[in-house]
Amino acid sequence: MAILDPTMRIRTFDEVTLGYTSDQAKREAARCRGCSQAPCRRGCPIGVDIPGFISLVKEGKFREAAQRLRERNTLPAVCGRVCPQDRNCEKHCVLAKKGAPIAIGRLERFVADWEREHGMTVPPTPGSTGKRVAVVGSGPAGLTVAAALARKGHSVTVFEALHAPGGVLSYGIPQFRLPKEVVAAEIDYVCALGVKIELNTPIGKLYSLRDLRREYDAVFLGTGAGLPRLLGIPGEHLNGVYTANEFLTRVNLMKAYLFPEYATPVRVGKRVAVIGGGNVAVDAARVAVRLGAEEVVVLYRRTLVEMPVRAEEYRFACREGVFFRFLVAPLEFRGDAEGWVREVLCTRCELGEVDESGRRRPVPVPGSEFTIPIDTVIVAIGQEPNILALAEVSELLTPSGRFVGADPETGATPVPGVFAGGDLVTGAATVIQAMTAGRRAAKAIDRYLSELE
Amino acid sequence: MINFPVVGKTELAPGIKKLVVEAPSLAAKAKPGQFVVLHLHAQGERIPLTIADFDREEGTITLIFQEVGLTTFQLGSLEPGDTIRDIAGPLGRPSRVDYFGKVLCVGGGVGCAPLYPIARALREQKNDLAAVVGARSREFLILRKEMEQVCSPLIIATDDGSEGLQGTVLRGVEKYFREYGKPDYCVCIGPPVMMEAVCSFTRNYKVKTVVSLNPIMVDGTGMCGACRVVVGGEVKFACVDGPEFDGHLVDWELFRRRLQFYKREEKLALGAFLRKSRSAGER
Ligand SMILES: Cc1cc2nc3c(=O)[nH]c(=O)nc-3n(C[C@H](O)[C@H](O)[C@H](O)COP(=O)(O)OP(=O)(O)OC[C@H]3O[C@@H](n4cnc5c(N)ncnc54)[C@H](O)[C@@H]3O)c2cc1C
Ligand SMILES: Cc1cc2nc3c(=O)[nH]c(=O)nc-3n(C[C@H](O)[C@H](O)[C@H](O)COP(=O)(O)OP(=O)(O)OC[C@H]3O[C@@H](n4cnc5c(N)ncnc54)[C@H](O)[C@@H]3O)c2cc1C
Ligand code: SF4
Ligand code: SF4
Ligand code: FES
Repeated sequence: MAILDPTMRIRTFDEVTLGYTSDQAKREAARCRGCSQAPCRRGCPIGVDIPGFISLVKEGKFREAAQRLRERNTLPAVCGRVCPQDRNCEKHCVLAKKGAPIAIGRLERFVADWEREHGMTVPPTPGSTGKRVAVVGSGPAGLTVAAALARKGHSVTVFEALHAPGGVLSYGIPQFRLPKEVVAAEIDYVCALGVKIELNTPIGKLYSLRDLRREYDAVFLGTGAGLPRLLGIPGEHLNGVYTANEFLTRVNLMKAYLFPEYATPVRVGKRVAVIGGGNVAVDAARVAVRLGAEEVVVLYRRTLVEMPVRAEEYRFACREGVFFRFLVAPLEFRGDAEGWVREVLCTRCELGEVDESGRRRPVPVPGSEFTIPIDTVIVAIGQEPNILALAEVSELLTPSGRFVGADPETGATPVPGVFAGGDLVTGAATVIQAMTAGRRAAKAIDRYLSELE
Repeated sequence: MINFPVVGKTELAPGIKKLVVEAPSLAAKAKPGQFVVLHLHAQGERIPLTIADFDREEGTITLIFQEVGLTTFQLGSLEPGDTIRDIAGPLGRPSRVDYFGKVLCVGGGVGCAPLYPIARALREQKNDLAAVVGARSREFLILRKEMEQVCSPLIIATDDGSEGLQGTVLRGVEKYFREYGKPDYCVCIGPPVMMEAVCSFTRNYKVKTVVSLNPIMVDGTGMCGACRVVVGGEVKFACVDGPEFDGHLVDWELFRRRLQFYKREEKLALGAFLRKSRSAGER
């Protein structure tokens, strides 16, 4: 598949990977053995019929392939681009042992893109059941629930706090990895199924959960994990220190990379340190490169092995000049007299015992402190559910009070008729996990509604 | 909901404008002390503005703002019939409106706009209400009549002495303490320097002083952390934990500094806008 050259792509926010041509897709599909056991499917949480859609690609039946994909996956153009295929479907492909698994994600993307360019066909929805469902949050979890229930004939309204739908797909993942036009088209498809999306509607503020329970037969909560975690070290509030959420929201949702044509500014200096090691950190680093930073270093306290990032994005980041320093943790940010950050004091770490996350815990090495001169810091050490808005229903929370508790099989919460799923329940995870939770919850909600009288 | 129609517009003072906007569901839920985040059009910035008033019957909210930069100038150029693409709210925690006894309200400049609905609500709780309001000069005083209806005495201070005392609102606060004794509770809204000065004065008298902080915000829902402030040594997000805080516990230096984050970019954007509208005017 063609890829924009690194020297070109660091100047633009254009998508890095260009996608297959029809011939390339057919050729790649022809490699698939159509295994009867289809081990690849075990790696896909949402259970896409991988051999099925790939054999349709092989025959050039792209529209049918798209329909096959959509039976399970509401957002194929998104998943094909951002799923961690190296740890999901492609890892389980029989050809992976030889180091050449079928490029399932790229085929999925090809099919979805082909469908978008040739006009999507929206399946007819059955007659209305008269049941009303409220979905809170328009991220992957909420959109999946909404689409699935609309296809069953229920009337679904999605409430979104921001002025644009999509959740992290809109405000978090950058344009060069997931073009916003692609996200918009997937959302148009969901709306074409009859789903209504109410923007600018923060639940817990404009309407309470109680209001929704009164007005609707069932409620699904998919508000994600939007609350940025902070390091809690000195200097974190100096000017020039961003949370990744602020930085990425300015750039992706508000299009600050087009400032001043778009009114929202973002400020990146010459030397940028990104703290963290996940997709969020790597995205922030690659955005900083594109905004003109001369040196971008990612400081991660563990090693490459533990880094929870899509393998491809890590490789792309390195090619774009992002520098990774492993086993390094920040201790303090230091600023100048005007309060702008100027350097970061760090310590080296070693890996110690295995911690509760199942990974070896980084332990600071005494006496190994050193400083790096920088003028911008982006803190990307994770997000937690922003449960504040929903605090009115404390019975929904897990004992820690930080997550909403829901049955992983059905999304049911202790409150009848209220379901939940996605990052709100699991903590920051992946698009496909959030969608899988949405798919399960949709089934359970449909069952719940059919039992209602 | 999107596309909120502007139904009324008044210029209260030079560069200070009042817009009445149709937003029935917001009007139904708004409480004093809360704010909205608005986004004028697809290319616009999201900015927070206090809900200066609301009319549940008419289904409208009132915004009062000072033209200081690109977005507020663009907002000021809207006329009845125009629409605002996005308004999200009501955000933030409502103001605490209890019976405190003797209450002093202190407002500086456009800070009188968010102060007024709080004062009115405090008055409805039978508090004994007085106010000190300040502005650069007489013509910049806003909501004076409205404040007079709920507060007595109403002490005025202007920088140039064109009305009331000459000097900052602090002069008025000192006068109040001298002549009426110390209040049981104080609410203070205005420019950061003013709030800080009033707080360091009331701290000496141990008078609990609530301030409304106006840091830079993006989403207004607790997602970005741009609005973080340090209060009593703890990090708070002003959009969800505030905007009101105990003024004696606020780290003012940090607060003022963080407001400067985008100074350079803000100037750039406003300059471009003003040049464009000037050349459009000449044409
Ligand atoms: C920068 C970044 C990069 C990522 N990269 C990848 C990747 O490459 N691959 C991958 O699989 N995963 C990635 N992820 C993770 C993935 O995006 C999330 O796991 C997924 O989006 C979670 O979906 P969700 O539906 O649970 O929540 P979200 O996508 O967070 O959506 C929640 C929505 O709810 C709205 N909301 C919140 N509170 C309220 C309220 N009170 N009322 C109304 N609406 C509300 C929010 O505004 C938001 O739109 C990334 C995440 C980030 C931040
Ligand atoms: C909760 C809250 C409620 C507010 N209520 C009101 C209100 O009722 N009326 C009103 O006039 N303003 C209010 N503000 C301030 C208002 O949001 C800013 O004036 C506005 O964002 C400026 O946007 P701009 O694009 O016009 O100017 P910008 O170009 O962003 O800024 C121009 C100038 O204003 C300063 N500035 C930038 N952001 C802020 C800010 N958040 N607060 C104060 N100064 C700022 C800058 O330092 C600069 O000097 C409120 C702010 C908050 C956080
Ligand atoms: S949805 Fe994700 S995991 Fe499933 S097949 Fe597609 S790319 Fe693989
Ligand atoms: S395991 Fe690999 S080769 Fe076999 S069906 Fe799945 S994708 Fe095709
Ligand atoms: S404005 Fe983003 S967290 Fe408060």
